[in-house]
Amino acid sequence: MRLITAIIKPFKLDDVKAALEQFGIKGMTVSEASGYGRQRGHTEVYRGAEYQVDLVPKVRVEVLAEEDDADDVIDVIVKAAHTGKIGDGKVWSVPVDTVIRVRTGEQGPEAL
Amino acid sequence: MIDSGTTAWMLVCTALVLLMTPGLAFFYGGMTRAKSVLNMMMMSFVSIIVVTVAWVLYGYSLAFDAVGDGSGFLNKIVGGLDYVGLSGVVNAVYEAASPDGNFPLMVFSAFQLTFAIITVALISGAIADRAKFGAWVVFSVVWATVVYFPVAHWVWGGGWLGQLGIEDFAGGTVVHINAGAAALALALVIGKRKGWRKEPMRPHNLTLVLLGVGLLWFGWFGFNAGSELAPDQTAALAFMNTQIATAVAAGAWMIVEKLRDGHATTLGVASGAVAGLVAITPACGFVDPWAAALIGLLAGVGCAYAVGLKYRLGYDDSLDVVGVHLVGGVIGAVALGFVAAYPFADGQEKGILIPGGQLSQLGLQILGPVVVGLYSFVISWVIGKAIDKTMGFRIPEEAEVAGVDATTHAETGYDLGTVYASGVSSPNGPAAPAPKKVDA
Repeated sequence: MRLITAIIKPFKLDDVKAALEQFGIKGMTVSEASGYGRQRGHTEVYRGAEYQVDLVPKVRVEVLAEEDDADDVIDVIVKAAHTGKIGDGKVWSVPVDTVIRVRTGEQGPEAL
Repeated sequence: MIDSGTTAWMLVCTALVLLMTPGLAFFYGGMTRAKSVLNMMMMSFVSIIVVTVAWVLYGYSLAFDAVGDGSGFLNKIVGGLDYVGLSGVVNAVYEAASPDGNFPLMVFSAFQLTFAIITVALISGAIADRAKFGAWVVFSVVWATVVYFPVAHWVWGGGWLGQLGIEDFAGGTVVHINAGAAALALALVIGKRKGWRKEPMRPHNLTLVLLGVGLLWFGWFGFNAGSELAPDQTAALAFMNTQIATAVAAGAWMIVEKLRDGHATTLGVASGAVAGLVAITPACGFVDPWAAALIGLLAGVGCAYAVGLKYRLGYDDSLDVVGVHLVGGVIGAVALGFVAAYPFADGQEKGILIPGGQLSQLGLQILGPVVVGLYSFVISWVIGKAIDKTMGFRIPEEAEVAGVDATTHAETGYDLGTVYASGVSSPNGPAAPAPKKVDA
């Protein structure tokens, strides 16, 4: 199993979620995140004083998938989150040893 | 004989001016960081408490009673003690220029009380995030006693500046220059916030700032038009001039920002509106509408640049009490020396740009701000230092970093996160409802 984490533009969340549901993913965790990559932040001005705001609001989507599906899931996210402009985000995956469904105690792929 | 119309009008104005202090609390509270919004608002609210008590006990008397028949030297400096505890006020009458306009002296006392309250509250903007609450309470009662009450007497209570003929319709000198100079002194005594100019200290809630400005703007009609102490033509002039100067100043600040920084901001519009309100305060009943527009323009542009001074000079006047209230107050007071058209009291003259104007009035309009500013600055610095040496004026550094709301008041302004809220338990509060029995 793999944990796929995607950092995307907040306004792309609905597209990514719809695409993942269509692909057959049954659950995900979404959280608000702040960060920056190459695009850096932006400048705000209050009463003439400039503030360099480095961190930009992002959304983090986390999805667990079976080993064979992982590349396809990543592909689905990348396509759905793509705008071609700087700041589109990143997607990565890491191997996962154990997954347990809390309600039933099911383990492994059954718990996904 | 009491005039019911005047009485009703002054009661309404009193309530309007009192509303300005909660408005100020929102205006200031929104500009601080989220971790100190409650402390900021509390500093305004507690000045309602302490100044009211001091006013009833002796403040009204020191400000508005006359010593003896009012002709002696002491009466130039401070009022008498006949009204201590508001004794003698209950059945007394405020004698208007025309007896048709008399109203209860108690209304006059309440009206003037609201001015004393907001003047003290204004100072707190300079010391956001880092002041000991108890020290602020002590400062506010001492400052009101030795600075506000005497200065109000100098200008409005029959004291020396009023005798000379200074023009201060609603408190440009008594309220705004007075508070602005005290704010500068306190900012210097208490020092910079930890991380000033290194960490971002953005306003955390600009919607609160705009709400506060709306309340201030609304209440200010009572402040300015009410200061005529009669519902007459001068009150109408003061009312309209207030609107004109405020709108022009807000627009001017907005345009300065657009041209200088690239964006028209809500904080700029809010700040410009307050700058205009401040600057027109001393002038509103003395000038023609065109002059009100001019004063608004000068205040909007002047204060938009003046708020940057603290970065050049290195004092952390956190919410720009100096840049807006001291500078705006001086602009309005000095402008009267040029454009005052309707002097009404003994010794008052027209400004030098008006036919029949006197240079002496311009001199007086400079003298007043200089003397009041210096007096307030020096005395405030001494009070601040004395408090700092004895009880300490500043919270410990770790409390400042953690946030003054949580460490001083044991509260937080916002409870938005479910994770954070889930940790709340109340051992001494109402008992949790017993779990319902579920039949198997």
